[in-house]
Amino acid sequence: MSFIEISHLRKSFGPNTVVHDFSLSIEKGEFISFLGPSGCGKTTILRMIAGFETATSGSLHVGGVEMTNLPPAKRNVGMVFQAYALFPNLTVAGNIGFGLKIAGKERGEIDARVAELLELIKLPDLGDRYPYQLSGGQQQRVALARALAIKPQVLLLDEPLSALDAKIRVSLREEIRALQRELGITTVFVTHDQEEALSISDRIVVMNQGRADQVGTPSEIYNNPATRFVASFVGTLNLFEARVVDPVAGRVSIDGQPVVTARDISAYGIADGATVALRPEALSLGGGDGDRNVLTGTVEEVSFLGAVIRVRVKLREARVSLDIFNDPALDLPKVGMPAAVSFKKDDLLIIDRD
Amino acid sequence: MKTNRLGHWIAILIGTLYFVVPLAATFEFSLRKLRGVYSFEAYRVVLADPQFQSSFTFSVGLAVVTIVFGMAIIVPMAYFVELRLRKLRPFVEFVTLLPLVVPAIVIVFGYLRLYNSSSILPLTNSTLSTNFLLTCGYVTLALPYMYRSIETGLRAIDVRTLTEAAESLGASSGTIIWRIILPNIRSAMLSGAFLTFAIVIGEFTFASLLNRPAFGPYLQLIGANRAYEPAALACMAFMITWACMGIIQVISRNAVAAHP
Amino acid sequence: MASNASSASLPRPRVPWAVVGVTPFMVFALLFLILPTLFLVVGAFQDNDGGFTLANLGKLWTPTILASYWISIKVSVASAVIGAAIGAFIAYAAVSGGLPRWIRPTIMTFSGVASQFAGVPLAFAFLATLGRQGLVTLFLSSVFGLNIYAQGFNLLSFWGLTLTYLYFQIPLMVLIVTPAIEGLRKEWREAATILGASNWQYWRHIAGPVLLPSFLGAALLLFANAFGAIATAYALTGSSLNIVTILLYAQIRGDVLHDQNLGYAIAFGMIVITGLSNLCYILLRVRSERWLK
Repeated sequence: MSFIEISHLRKSFGPNTVVHDFSLSIEKGEFISFLGPSGCGKTTILRMIAGFETATSGSLHVGGVEMTNLPPAKRNVGMVFQAYALFPNLTVAGNIGFGLKIAGKERGEIDARVAELLELIKLPDLGDRYPYQLSGGQQQRVALARALAIKPQVLLLDEPLSALDAKIRVSLREEIRALQRELGITTVFVTHDQEEALSISDRIVVMNQGRADQVGTPSEIYNNPATRFVASFVGTLNLFEARVVDPVAGRVSIDGQPVVTARDISAYGIADGATVALRPEALSLGGGDGDRNVLTGTVEEVSFLGAVIRVRVKLREARVSLDIFNDPALDLPKVGMPAAVSFKKDDLLIIDRD
Repeated sequence: MKTNRLGHWIAILIGTLYFVVPLAATFEFSLRKLRGVYSFEAYRVVLADPQFQSSFTFSVGLAVVTIVFGMAIIVPMAYFVELRLRKLRPFVEFVTLLPLVVPAIVIVFGYLRLYNSSSILPLTNSTLSTNFLLTCGYVTLALPYMYRSIETGLRAIDVRTLTEAAESLGASSGTIIWRIILPNIRSAMLSGAFLTFAIVIGEFTFASLLNRPAFGPYLQLIGANRAYEPAALACMAFMITWACMGIIQVISRNAVAAHP
Repeated sequence: MASNASSASLPRPRVPWAVVGVTPFMVFALLFLILPTLFLVVGAFQDNDGGFTLANLGKLWTPTILASYWISIKVSVASAVIGAAIGAFIAYAAVSGGLPRWIRPTIMTFSGVASQFAGVPLAFAFLATLGRQGLVTLFLSSVFGLNIYAQGFNLLSFWGLTLTYLYFQIPLMVLIVTPAIEGLRKEWREAATILGASNWQYWRHIAGPVLLPSFLGAALLLFANAFGAIATAYALTGSSLNIVTILLYAQIRGDVLHDQNLGYAIAFGMIVITGLSNLCYILLRVRSERWLK
């Protein structure tokens, strides 16, 4: 049995079922992310693990102990909320030590633990401040320390970065990951930001309408999306409705132009429709060598995004976007110019029908 | 959580009883003027009393003048403070809260000493100037409420942008206030106006000490001399208060609907 | 400031308009609010010839005047404390959920009305309810055989006045304290719970301390509200209950103390008391707004 065992969890609010038959095993020390748009059920699952919501059916075990109907106060889990939720009437030290105080620990022990955690979150001198005197990033670090103070068996993070500025978001997520590795604490992280999930997780659960569409490592999710939803939600993607020409040789046609995929499409029949996808960063301008697929069209738009330049090429009917690295020496393609776009056979993804 | 709900219901129930029972009792009492039967005799007597008619009319007139006068000095002030004289805001906040700090009876005491017949500005000398003094007193009483609602109204619209847009089209300050700002804070002004009406209509202290024949002193007089008529008057006063508050609710709800 | 920059860039001189717009209010405030108050405050420190003295304030320490201050303070404190407690509880019940949706707006509207229903008519309503011939008085004696007047109750007394004042104090409390209770964030309870706190511990360590400044501030406002009131008490009791506003009223009407400057001192004393309670209210509000942002 895994450390956290979720089996056949279901949650309904009246006639609305927000989580359908959800099962997942999480290993001890694993960092797992629930990724999906709002309303996909990811937060509801997190709140069921915390005990704020009771499952309509199914069960939840942590460390071999049944938790399904245990009240939150008895679960020994730590939680960090989206909007910090620090207690405004307590100092930073008071917030961090709150769980220990409730547990009836002695003053000296609490002080030592608080000092240790302040060191850990790199705010050693701010113990006497009040939450309203801190920046958002600092508040969220204190919230993290507060959750960790009670040495929880599981750490739950409910979109902890989404209220922060872009720069702090990146630095704090790296800190969270480093802390989690250091402490080896099993962590469940909920987010709607795919970049966040990809950068931080051991495994990602992509949620769609109350179901897990795909569970896998970041690279599996990104490179081999199981469904069209996963493909479009994780990263920017060019999607095409292609036609299968030769299932055995992997030949398909995109917008009337023949290309070859290295993936197995032998299950398709001749002239079947198939959804295929290309990542913008897998494409390059120009014909390339004979081993690459080539699509031709005209340049429709060129947008400068800083590190990369996104070029949109119109084929016959369909459009394809590609990213090229910014290089001052580079001649930018001009709108209206004819252009060829090439990519490796490996990079043509076949998306299973949902 | 479910056990709490019973406690909540009990709290609401006790609160409701506390507020409904005196009203019901007053209404019942007001119907008892004729022995052995319920009747509206007390209301008939009150409404037919010429002193009732004159004092009520006097107070309604006074309320209207108070509202107009109050708005005339508060709206331009609030507008320019919001637009250009932000430095004055702390002072204005202080002044508008002062009537909540200084009891009405103290303010009127000050009036009587400052504006008596032997002072430099003997406002209590003639009926007209005493009425003016009474109006000023009522404006001070209503000041916290009027200012608060107008200020809220001005904050809800972007005064600065509206004004600059109008100025760039060549409008003068007067035109801007009259044609642009006033229509936009109409519901806030109406709320302030009805609240002022509710406060002024039965006010006792100012009117009594300035010796004006207003509705408040009349109520007190009836209360001291009659048995059932005061209850009828209380019911009517409650209806007036209720109507004013109800109108404010409707106005603010419409305002919310107009600016989603 | 941006306003200066934009006014400098326009050709028409604009500052005079602003001054013209603000002046009437300033003159009004000076003449009818600030000067009358200052006049009394200064008068409280003057003797009959206009010289400075503390004797007037000293004369406040006579049994009649002290007694009237004392009964005013007692009624105001009692109606403020009881009103604040009951009002806060009702507001919490209305806000915290579990009750049908229509309850909340209904209570808020009703509180708006009831908090303004004061003065003379309120006295009439309580006479009709708890007076000697009041409905509730008669009901209690006919149904339960309980004659509350024989038991020592009197509407024209400290408790009678307190009970009457509660009619506007409770709804006023509901109006003032509801925003603060709404400011209690659901996540605070969840965060406390998941750290192991019971419901009682949550109230003891988090919600209680967070609400305390708002609660105390509102209670102080209620106190000042009751302390300055006169019409209800006057219509209810005539001058049988000698609260300080009624004493001052009598002094203004007929110089019952035979000493004008003593009247000023009484008024000054009232300003000090309501002023202090308002000052504390503002300080507490600043503190609670900082927390509840």
